[in-house]
Amino acid sequence: MKRRALFGGAAAVGAAAVGGAVLGSAAAPADAPRPHGTDTVPFHGRHQAGIATDAQAHQSLLAFDLVRGVDAEAVGRLLTLLTDDAERLTAGRAPLADIEPEMAAVPARLTVTFGFGPRLVRIVAGPTAVPAWLRPLPPYPTIDRLEERWNGGDLLVQVAAEDPTTVAHAVRMMVRDARAFATLRWRQDGFRHAAGTHRPGTTMRNLFGQIDGSANAVPGTEEFDRVVWRDGPEEWLVGGTTMVVRRIAMDLDTWDEVGRTAREFSVGRRLSDGAPLTGGTETDDVDLDAVDERGFTVIGPAAHVRRARTDDPTQRIFRRAYNYDGVDGTGLVFTAFQADLEHQYLPMQARLAELDALNAWTTPIGSAVFAIPGGIAPGEHVGQALFG
Amino acid sequence: MIGPLAYPTGMFSRVITLLFAALLVLSGCGDGAGDDSGQSAGIAAADVWVKATDEDMSAVFAVISNSADTDATVVGVATDLTDSAELHETADGTMRPVESFTVPAGESLILEPGGNHLMLMDLTEPIEPGQEVTLTLEFEDGTTFDLAATAKDFAGGAEDYDDHAGHDGHDHEDHEDH
Ligand code: HEM
Ligand SMILES: [Cu+2]
Repeated sequence: MKRRALFGGAAAVGAAAVGGAVLGSAAAPADAPRPHGTDTVPFHGRHQAGIATDAQAHQSLLAFDLVRGVDAEAVGRLLTLLTDDAERLTAGRAPLADIEPEMAAVPARLTVTFGFGPRLVRIVAGPTAVPAWLRPLPPYPTIDRLEERWNGGDLLVQVAAEDPTTVAHAVRMMVRDARAFATLRWRQDGFRHAAGTHRPGTTMRNLFGQIDGSANAVPGTEEFDRVVWRDGPEEWLVGGTTMVVRRIAMDLDTWDEVGRTAREFSVGRRLSDGAPLTGGTETDDVDLDAVDERGFTVIGPAAHVRRARTDDPTQRIFRRAYNYDGVDGTGLVFTAFQADLEHQYLPMQARLAELDALNAWTTPIGSAVFAIPGGIAPGEHVGQALFG
Repeated sequence: MIGPLAYPTGMFSRVITLLFAALLVLSGCGDGAGDDSGQSAGIAAADVWVKATDEDMSAVFAVISNSADTDATVVGVATDLTDSAELHETADGTMRPVESFTVPAGESLILEPGGNHLMLMDLTEPIEPGQEVTLTLEFEDGTTFDLAATAKDFAGGAEDYDDHAGHDGHDHEDHEDH
């Protein structure tokens, strides 16, 4: 009898939408705001969720290495399992064989996004299937201090939700089901402002206090679609994209030594509201040609936005950074999505490595590149089109 | 309304009620229910999984629902993996074969670790994580229902519980009398 009490609910809860049962159980005053833990983001679609999705407060990036002996058939089984887990978890349903199904009851806008490193693509579809750009970024010796423990990976899983408990449980399910096939190479956890603390759509602040993400294309716009989504040529990348992960340490001690004016000058936007130093509001572009009364450009030659910015609209990227902060230091888990990595990302990164005022306080310590396959329909597993 | 298994707490009975609602939706979507292939009318299955194993035994778990207005009786299970597949129940920490499972009209049968399950014995090949295993449930009225089970790496909480509690109990790996 005791056993039932302990283990009885697993299969049962798996099939049920338990959100109501769990969230509704505590006595709460009638006028309390509705908890948003049951909010969900659809897993299926033309694109994988978690990229155009309004960024959730908490994210874990997992990079797995396939163990020796794992072949295409085994990768297929791994992706079948992880897809099934993701489908269920993002809908607030327990994964199969989860003894703690209650942990799945609060999806809190959970998304699970998958990316492939070059080795996985080679194992599944052979060396000719690996796109030329799917390889580590070139070295940037002027800035890089890469540590092998934060580099590369065969399979990326991006798990994000508004609730850190939800993220932890989903991560656990992924790690558990990957165990027979892969080892965890690295894990990078990050956070943004908690849900409900800011008006929806507010750009996040990074741990330098800067408003970070202002110049991004807005999901849902034609510009965003052009910047981010691929329409091929590889069938498995239709509706997909490319992803760069850079772990960038930020030195708060030396940043402390800098005054507010110099801080703003290093980027080209105001700390208070993210507006360009050349005027306007956060949503305006910086005016790189504007000069002050002495004839100097308002946006300095080494200002981050001058170096990052391009007039060529086909060369933009979509940044989706999370803060990290802990015993390992402080920084950004910088992620960028762009349809064409070579055309959009590489020139910008090369310019920033050459000259960027922010480089005085920032140090890339990890780097990885992944191909993000297109979205799937129910009944398919992620990346199925790669399997021919 | 409570499923065929009585749960001790109010919380679980709420869950079961919701579960039943979810299953109705599933069968309404044609999730295997009432196929034209001699499949049992009104039967649907959800959450079908099998424990991945390198050993010669494993077990299959699922939620089997019956939306018909008559009870359905499962009398056997068949699979290509082995000739020796049985219906098992667990009582007092020990599992044993049973002749049949009843899926009451309008309710569901829960097959779960530590409870009723479909037992696979004399396996000659490992069941790999992520593998799909197909099985056929045989009903008393001669109809059948096909199941596709996903193999999961499962450490098996129930089995551990028995070991730690010192029972001589339900442990698929060490089960002697098959
Ligand atoms: C720790 C590292 C970094 C920090 C703290 C940082 C911070 C910022 C800030 C505060 C802005 C201005 C607001 C905005 O538009 O988001 C900005 C803009 C930008 N950053 Fe960074 N950034 C970092 C790394 C990078 C990297 C590695 C890249 C690309 C390789 C990059 C590309 C850009 C771009 C494209 C813009 C927008 C420029 C424009 O069109 O106005 N950033 N960044
Ligand atoms: Cu058994």
